[in-house]
Amino acid sequence: MCGIVGLFLKDKSLEPQLGSLLSEMLVTMTDRGPDSAGIAIYGSDQSNLAKITIQSPDPETDFAGLTDELRKAGIENVSILPKSTHAVLTVPADQIDATRSALCDLRPDVRVMGTGSTMEIYKEVGLPKDVLERFKIADMAGSHGIGHTRMATESAVTTLGAHPFSTGLDQCLVHNGSLSNHNNLRRSLTHDGIRLETQNDSEVAAAYLTGEMAKGKNLGAALTSALDDLDGFFTFVVGTKSGFGVVRDPIACKPAIMAETDAYVAFGSEYRALVNLPGIETARVWEPEPATVYFWEH
Amino acid sequence: MPVFDLATTELRNLNQSLHAISGNTTNEDFEVINPRGAHAIAVGIDAPVDVHIKGSVGYYCAGMNETANITVHGNAGPGVAENMMSGKVVIKGDASQYAGATAHGGLLVIEGNAASRCGISMKGIDIVVKGNIGHMSAFMAQSGNLVVLGDAGDALGDSLYEARLFVRGEVKSLGADCIKKDMRPEHLELLAKLLEDAGISDVKPDEFTRYGSARQLYNFNIDNADAY
Repeated sequence: MCGIVGLFLKDKSLEPQLGSLLSEMLVTMTDRGPDSAGIAIYGSDQSNLAKITIQSPDPETDFAGLTDELRKAGIENVSILPKSTHAVLTVPADQIDATRSALCDLRPDVRVMGTGSTMEIYKEVGLPKDVLERFKIADMAGSHGIGHTRMATESAVTTLGAHPFSTGLDQCLVHNGSLSNHNNLRRSLTHDGIRLETQNDSEVAAAYLTGEMAKGKNLGAALTSALDDLDGFFTFVVGTKSGFGVVRDPIACKPAIMAETDAYVAFGSEYRALVNLPGIETARVWEPEPATVYFWEH
Repeated sequence: MPVFDLATTELRNLNQSLHAISGNTTNEDFEVINPRGAHAIAVGIDAPVDVHIKGSVGYYCAGMNETANITVHGNAGPGVAENMMSGKVVIKGDASQYAGATAHGGLLVIEGNAASRCGISMKGIDIVVKGNIGHMSAFMAQSGNLVVLGDAGDALGDSLYEARLFVRGEVKSLGADCIKKDMRPEHLELLAKLLEDAGISDVKPDEFTRYGSARQLYNFNIDNADAY
């Protein structure tokens, strides 16, 4: 069991409230997964700059002096915004790979949670309310976001095993369920050059979608292919820079409920997660069909 | 009329108050407001009482019900009226998966659509769905009646025992050992009564098709002995 939520705003006036709305949704799902929690938020675009969300088991040591050392390593225009165990590095968009490789040398214990022009990812072990508070998620603004509360089944309860998983620029995925063909898929994705960090099945699903989108598919088409190629139980909620998608496996035993108004599209594992959204009383509320792809684009 | 506001009252207070009711005569109605998708609302009632829930409920609402009439003025989460014994449960909106699962008796009316596995392993309940039902509905259904005014999803009635299935619309596919059967006068009569009990007057019994077990699967066939 896990809890997943997602919120895709259509009404820009709600954007300052994205973090607080998502936080409330996620905390309601605590009893579906109290092991760890995580959230991905799509904020504002800064032209030609990219964000790299990093995490460290020893943030005070690792984040101190990091920007100076990165500058010496050739990443001249870099800034850092630490938040608890995480920090967001802002670098020129064409220096993401150079920064990642410099990080490997300078700070081997630092992990990259995600990269992109607008996406930031925060995830940790602990109760959802504590994780959200630690990163001040409720104060964040954005256009869309997804979140996850984890009850681990397929890999250890660690920060890296928490969701969302990000395997491509501005791409992220949360998963309720378990995959049965992830080991084979991981081998072929690694062979194709996609970087995977964990032994977690859900990360393979994220990497699979990254691989399909790298072939030129949009999010909807990538999710459609997933129905053929992924074996197991899944309800996925997926984010890209401009898109938001949902798909359930054909058996559809992992719960899902959606709501749409003129202002937003919302997803929850249960209706409880949606009850505080504005206008939910008059929203169109439905259960997504099995083996059916739903996606929205800004 | 007792009113329980679940925004300010513990769910346990409501359920314990409902469990405290006894007797065979109809009791004062209960009203539940702000259910906000909570789980296990009005579960395990064992007395004739009308309960009106004003909003949507989460998992297992009205489970194990005996003799109570429970109306949900909203949608229901997974497992509504699971293992109901008697009484009546009405869902004004949609119901999520496995509505009426394993239930032994009573009537479950879903005015919207039901998701997958509606009536799975039903053991005597009558279920009337005004909309559509999802895949694997009536899986291993043993007895009782499932009436669907709309369409049915894949694998309807897979491994069916003696439950009767009546579908007015399309059936996407039938499950193993489930077959179309003739509608005899006694079935039309039964269906007319079920529709009347569900408060449906604008639909005629002869608009439905009956499905049931071919009875090939649940009796051991000696020709298959080599397979074991």
